[in-house]
Amino acid sequence: MLKNRHIQGWLQASPLTLILIGFLILPIITIVVVSFWQATEFSIIPGFSFENYEFLFGSPVTYKVFFATFKYAAITWAMTLAIGFTVAYYLAFHIQNQTTQIALFLLCTIPFWTSNIIRMISWIPFLGRNGIANSMLQSWGITDQPLEWLLYSDFSVILAFVHLYTLFMVVPIFNTMTRIDHSLIEAARDNGASGFQTLTHVILPLTKPGIMIGTIFVLTLVMGDFITVRFMSGSQKANVGRLISNDIALLQYPSAAATAVILLITVLIVIGILLRFVDIRKEL
Amino acid sequence: MRSGQDLELVHLTKRYGDTVAVRDVNYVFHNGTYVCLLGPSGCGKSTTLRMIAGHESVSDGSIVLDGLDIAHLPPAKRGTAMMFQSYALFPHLSVRDNVAFSLRMRGVDKPSRHKAADEMLELVHMTSFAQRLPAQLSGGQQQRVALARALVTKPRVLLLDEPLSALDPFLRIKVRAELKRLQRELGITFIHVTHGQDEALALADEIVVMNNAVIEQAGAARDVWNAPKTEFVARFMGGHNVISLDGAKVALRADEVVLGDHGLSATVTSVEYQGAHVAMTSMTEAGEEVLALVPESTFYANPKNPGDAVSLAWDEGRAHRLQA
Repeated sequence: MLKNRHIQGWLQASPLTLILIGFLILPIITIVVVSFWQATEFSIIPGFSFENYEFLFGSPVTYKVFFATFKYAAITWAMTLAIGFTVAYYLAFHIQNQTTQIALFLLCTIPFWTSNIIRMISWIPFLGRNGIANSMLQSWGITDQPLEWLLYSDFSVILAFVHLYTLFMVVPIFNTMTRIDHSLIEAARDNGASGFQTLTHVILPLTKPGIMIGTIFVLTLVMGDFITVRFMSGSQKANVGRLISNDIALLQYPSAAATAVILLITVLIVIGILLRFVDIRKEL
Repeated sequence: MRSGQDLELVHLTKRYGDTVAVRDVNYVFHNGTYVCLLGPSGCGKSTTLRMIAGHESVSDGSIVLDGLDIAHLPPAKRGTAMMFQSYALFPHLSVRDNVAFSLRMRGVDKPSRHKAADEMLELVHMTSFAQRLPAQLSGGQQQRVALARALVTKPRVLLLDEPLSALDPFLRIKVRAELKRLQRELGITFIHVTHGQDEALALADEIVVMNNAVIEQAGAARDVWNAPKTEFVARFMGGHNVISLDGAKVALRADEVVLGDHGLSATVTSVEYQGAHVAMTSMTEAGEEVLALVPESTFYANPKNPGDAVSLAWDEGRAHRLQA
């Protein structure tokens, strides 16, 4: 009987295990293996060499690009958190009617019915030199000439990131907030907490796991991105994702693999540090 | 026995749109008494309590404590404290921090607020649990912590919203005694909302029975039990029969019905042995059910079975008339 249940358990877990092995573990192992290969302009040579890593760590470009990636991630994180927390707070605590709550929540997801690329590209005519934003600012007399930094700049890249990824913050935070017992808010008020004190002493600590899950989503998405940076910066800015995609475009697979391995390790370290601060297990 | 320190409700009314949850309630809670607000669900007792606490706005009327109208003050400024039905302990804070929460909100420094919290924890015998999180406590322990948290601000009036309903029956009786002890030691007013009449009788100096948004009857626990004014109170308090006599409804305590040779004739419909008593239900000729609680030895001296004819009697003056 006991042995039977053992076998049953293994059988039930095996489909997912096989999928993860085939589509996650094996590709990562392949990337790691390839990252030690060598390449010339026209050939790839299997082997074991630290050449790619030596080049990567020896080049100042790497550090600059990694710094830019962290900068995008940090600013996007701060802004999505501020917006996401506010939206989730409004939905969870200010909308009393559950039907309205769900309706408004679905409203937040509507932009996701179109593709990322389209939502990104639609900013371009808006922010361009002669775009709506610039002509409006000029007709209101706020600026005399078109603002150059609106498009193809760090500003437009971060704007697109925030636009694309805020929902990944809203959803987990909203989910955690709806589980907060409303009598806790009342109890805080009964104990003399002001609205702001209730927020900082009760709601914020209880929302931490949701914030952490949202943070992981946003950080991994932004750090792994390459297309947003390319489109929104007009190919003038770079992050690690673009480094990899350029290598691939030049068929420098070993070099791309090495960069990917370093990026993966970096992201894992960041998440590892975050998880030390907040226990998200009860949210999963 | 009025004193300036009483809590008084004056024409207190709560409306939600067209429905009236509490209708023009007037009552004086004497300082230092244990009062139970008793009634079925939806009768307005919880709304009344939440209005006193400040968690529900007042549509009309005033709440006066110490001669001051507190009806529009924020909860923490009223001199009241509330203990919530689900205890509402902050899950991310230790027991000590939960109790010290209100002091922290006032900006009391750490050593003094911890000292005050420890004193409260000692009062409820929870000192050894100060470091734990609420999730690591049993229901009864959580309740004590909630009590300590409510008392740490030294409120004039403690408001308890069905405090025993989440406990198992055995614990309920234990905690009940604990509440009564605390109230006596602290000498402050306790207002306790419940739908259990046994709980109210066991605890209360005064019982306020509510129904349909108004007070049906209020008074000392013994007075309410012995002389219910209306049919609703008689039925809700239990242990009473309501029967028609000479064209009027009267209430008659079940334990005062005796089986005699003369009296109201009825047919036994069921017999239930309850230990000290036997609960015998019979149907009168008018078709009204009468419950008689007969002492066990008396009943078995002359046992009855369902279907037997009996005569129900009681001492003159024991049946009292109810208001129509």
